[in-house]
Amino acid sequence: MPLLRIEKLSKSFGGLKAVSNLNIEINEGELIGLIGPNGAGKTTAFNLLTGVYEQTEGKILFQDKDMRGLKPYHVTQRGMARTFQNIRLFSDLSVIDNVKIAYHQRSSYGIFSAFLRLPSYYAGEEEMQRKAMELLKIFNLDHKAEEIAKNLPYGEQRRLEIARALGTEPKLLLLDEPAAGMNPQETHDLMNLIRWIREKFKLTILLIEHDMSLVMGVCERIYVLDYGMIIAQGAPDEIKSNPKVIEAYLGEEVV
Amino acid sequence: MGKRINRQSVVTLLGVLLVYAIVQGSILMDILPPFVALTLIQVCIFIILSTSLNLINGITGQFSIGHAGFMAIGAYMAAIVVVKFQGPLMLALLAGALVSALAGFLIGLPTLRLKGDYLAIATLGFGEIVRIIFLNMEYVGGASGFSVPKTITWTWAFWLMVISVIIIRNFIYSTHGRACISIRENEIAADVMGINTTKYKIMAFTIGAFFAGLAGGIYANYLYIIQPLTFSFLKSFDILVMVVLGGLGSLTGSILGAVVMTVVSAALSGWPEWRLVITAILLIVMMIFRPKGLLGTKEFSLSFLGKKGEKNASSKD
Repeated sequence: MPLLRIEKLSKSFGGLKAVSNLNIEINEGELIGLIGPNGAGKTTAFNLLTGVYEQTEGKILFQDKDMRGLKPYHVTQRGMARTFQNIRLFSDLSVIDNVKIAYHQRSSYGIFSAFLRLPSYYAGEEEMQRKAMELLKIFNLDHKAEEIAKNLPYGEQRRLEIARALGTEPKLLLLDEPAAGMNPQETHDLMNLIRWIREKFKLTILLIEHDMSLVMGVCERIYVLDYGMIIAQGAPDEIKSNPKVIEAYLGEEVV
Repeated sequence: MGKRINRQSVVTLLGVLLVYAIVQGSILMDILPPFVALTLIQVCIFIILSTSLNLINGITGQFSIGHAGFMAIGAYMAAIVVVKFQGPLMLALLAGALVSALAGFLIGLPTLRLKGDYLAIATLGFGEIVRIIFLNMEYVGGASGFSVPKTITWTWAFWLMVISVIIIRNFIYSTHGRACISIRENEIAADVMGINTTKYKIMAFTIGAFFAGLAGGIYANYLYIIQPLTFSFLKSFDILVMVVLGGLGSLTGSILGAVVMTVVSAALSGWPEWRLVITAILLIVMMIFRPKGLLGTKEFSLSFLGKKGEKNASSKD
């Protein structure tokens, strides 16, 4: 059984069909890329998956459960986490607080323990602190735990956003253009990081990307989206030589 | 984290005890002018109001300006329990706070779907509706007011204030408080991080209303009489000014704001026509030189006193 199955998913904004008849299947442990020219509907697809938008038609089955009508926080609690194309950190909070907020949904104490600082408050906070520090260590951000998130360099902000998403302990991680604005070296490091976290956290990853070297380098299968429709799918090599894809990216050949 | 009691909290506790003892001592020796005593109790009331409003406006980022409405509900409810049912003071205060919290919850459900200006207008409207309801209720004296015996002493007001501030602080520095802060920082990201943003907005609103109701109850049982006019939107603005003056999101800022504003308006009580002018000038100067308030979102801390236990700083700020 696939971890995620998207069937005939469509989303219209008034007369505009941003996504139409989308069919995607992702098995556990896979690393899948979703590519396409600007405005192809990639981010819309992500927003549909995470409950930011509700689909007009079609089905999203995650672990065989229908996700229709779920709020974003519900989707996250079911085990799907995401990052954003334009970084959305809690930028005035410290690095560690960013991660702790992700752990909130699994926090162990209630508000009355918080009001009265009962022992469960201290136990819960200590556990969160420990888990958050462990995660930051993995991302090599532990020495910056107390820094304000917006003061981090760009690449580290991207890393922190991935760390924060992992704090929700997801099964499926959605990365929306993780390499946007990175230089080749940073992109290369990111590729290794993505591969590594997949092993380490036993994740399934779906990523949207513009950077072809990254997509071709890490993804096992690729879906190509254009005008809201899947125009091609397959292994990176097949995609590279697919005339439809070339056409979508470079335009039709003039005969 | 390991150390639960650090030097800083010991020093803070000693400071609190000292303030209490000095005032209580001068009351017992009968050397405190009644006007000063009144101002001090008002400071306590306004500290509860400003810190609880800060929880809604500064911490959770939901701009509410209906705090006087919750204060009125707490005041009238506490007064009804005391006057009509001869209930004990503690019960009256608790009833006022709980009914106010319930009102906060019920009002929060529909209005917290609104954002920014719209929420401000809705809460402003709520405050005025509450006032007009009491104005037309003969059961509680209508426009002429509702007489309540004075039972609140400095001890009551001071310790209720301390307990309120501690509870609000404990909430803010918990995972639930962080959930509220994440809504202020970036609501979409908070949602995607698994935080039920509606639940936490309503929670902050309800807790804020609870303490506003408590402050109202203290007020009613101190001032002999409560009138609907006291709880007009101008009162809401007074509280808002304290929060903004101290710094949205800073608890110690709200305390400072409440102290400064209450003392300034008490000092100007001889020239009531100048009070609003001076307040306005104070705010304008403030917005020019310190647009984020006296303390910004920072907390005033005695950390320079502490050597150990400073790990706690991670959960602050």
